[in-house]
Amino acid sequence: MIEIPTLGWQSIVIFVVFALSLLIATYCTYAERVIAAFLQDRVGPDRAGPYGLAQPLADAVKMFTKEEFFPGGANKALFIFGPCLAMITALMSSAVIPFGNNVSFGNNLFFLQGIEVNIGMLWIFGVVSLGVYGVMIGGWASNNKFSLLGAIRAASQNISYELAMGMSLIAVLMISGTLSLREITLQQSIAGEWHFWNIVKQPLGFIIFLVCAFAETNRTPFDLPECETELVGGYHTEYSSMKLGLYLFSEYVNIFVVSAVMSVLYFGGFNFPFQYELRDWLVSNHDWTLASAQNLITFLGTAGLFLKIFAFIFFFMWIRWTLPRFRYDQLMRLGWTMLIPLAVINILITGGLILFGVI
Amino acid sequence: MQLTNRAKVLEKKPMTLAERAYLPAIFQGLSITMRHFFMKKATIRYPEETRPFSPIFRGLHVLKRDEQGRERCTACGLCAVACPAEAITMVAGERKKGEEGLYREEKYAVSYEINMLRCIFCGLCEEACPKAAVYLQPDKMAPPRYERDEFIYGKDRLVEPVSPDARSIRGIQLTPEQAEALRSKLA
Ligand code: SF4
Ligand code: SF4
Repeated sequence: MIEIPTLGWQSIVIFVVFALSLLIATYCTYAERVIAAFLQDRVGPDRAGPYGLAQPLADAVKMFTKEEFFPGGANKALFIFGPCLAMITALMSSAVIPFGNNVSFGNNLFFLQGIEVNIGMLWIFGVVSLGVYGVMIGGWASNNKFSLLGAIRAASQNISYELAMGMSLIAVLMISGTLSLREITLQQSIAGEWHFWNIVKQPLGFIIFLVCAFAETNRTPFDLPECETELVGGYHTEYSSMKLGLYLFSEYVNIFVVSAVMSVLYFGGFNFPFQYELRDWLVSNHDWTLASAQNLITFLGTAGLFLKIFAFIFFFMWIRWTLPRFRYDQLMRLGWTMLIPLAVINILITGGLILFGVI
Repeated sequence: MQLTNRAKVLEKKPMTLAERAYLPAIFQGLSITMRHFFMKKATIRYPEETRPFSPIFRGLHVLKRDEQGRERCTACGLCAVACPAEAITMVAGERKKGEEGLYREEKYAVSYEINMLRCIFCGLCEEACPKAAVYLQPDKMAPPRYERDEFIYGKDRLVEPVSPDARSIRGIQLTPEQAEALRSKLA
């Protein structure tokens, strides 16, 4: 039996995750248009290929062949660097997300996860908050007041909502006692015991996290940094061609990552109900080996995780085509005077419940 | 001062807790959009599907032939006079011997052009014609084109074909080249 080194396996997983997030982001653009159309009693793009499925390809060709435009007085290096940074940070964060439990063949035991680190949550937060630099740099380098306004809005919005997001997360960490995403997932379902997903223990925290996730990814109703009605196009006003494409794309990658994080933190990640019962049933009634049954469970779990992610992505789009945009002062008031106090209250409640041994 | 008694007195009530929490309103909105998600779509996928025309729709012109397949138009110019948009021009000519099977009257239109960009599809030409030669068809439209020249329809595109051909597919008037291409494809 061949031994595959862990590093080799990890790089394969990272590569697959990289390709998958790009693919999913690509089809998010298609899904966004179709869902928008359906919510508005239209049918959406249906000309390119069957059901318009080749539409993202057509969009990509369009993006690549458009004119590269540099506004006068722009800082060229930073102007290029902005969208690159936005894209890189968006892609980096998916490395620590556990997309599945372990698979084993032969003596090899592998985790369907790029890197298992015990600070996974910190890594994601660090990288995601770097993302705002992409927007900032791009907006500043454009030498355009609307871009700059959009960039400043993005920065202040992200900082405000990161606070509430981090605090709602602390409550989860208080329950789990670890920052490792894999540990948090496994804790939501322990063999032989009846365990609930974190959403049951943290409903308020989840709502806060969800709202902040919308703000962090600059999605409606919090898309102030790029609101067309006030700022032309916000931070990407001056961008054209694939540089604009990278900005739009990184938004979808961010949505994918945030959906994955929410699924892992609150919705049990790769766990699905009755998985251990299914495994034991396969082993005892159908003569499966424990390892192959576990492999099957892992793959079903990965599929389940992706279902959860897609459901969240759908929810993001559903919200976008339902709610109008907030005003900027409303956005700030919601962040500072509602979400942060609520998050603090949530921490206190969670602490009390832990102290009295309820959860 | 009250001008009408239709005025409605609005009371400014303080918002209830549910209204201030904003979440119920969001769920209401979400349920409305979700209902629309499953509704019948209003889209008509144009080239494959077409909207039904009214039977009195005034669309693209046609120059009719009589029962023996002869062109009815006698180039009297009444349609051009009646036309408020001055869209019609024509050149008259005299029918030669042996052309009796082609033109009904002794005088006929050598060329007959309608500029579809000028035309307002009022139908006055149809009303003016003493020979019942020009009609606005209820089921065809002048389709969009890239060049202005292509909107000047000559006799090649106006005169009714002797036998119905592929031109009438989908209710679009094709250019002669397009019609030729379509015919060879169908054959
Ligand atoms: S429909 Fe009216 S505008 Fe058009 S050619 Fe006839 S008379 Fe002129
Ligand atoms: S179409 Fe009718 S009105 Fe116009 S020139 Fe011919 S015969 Fe006269």
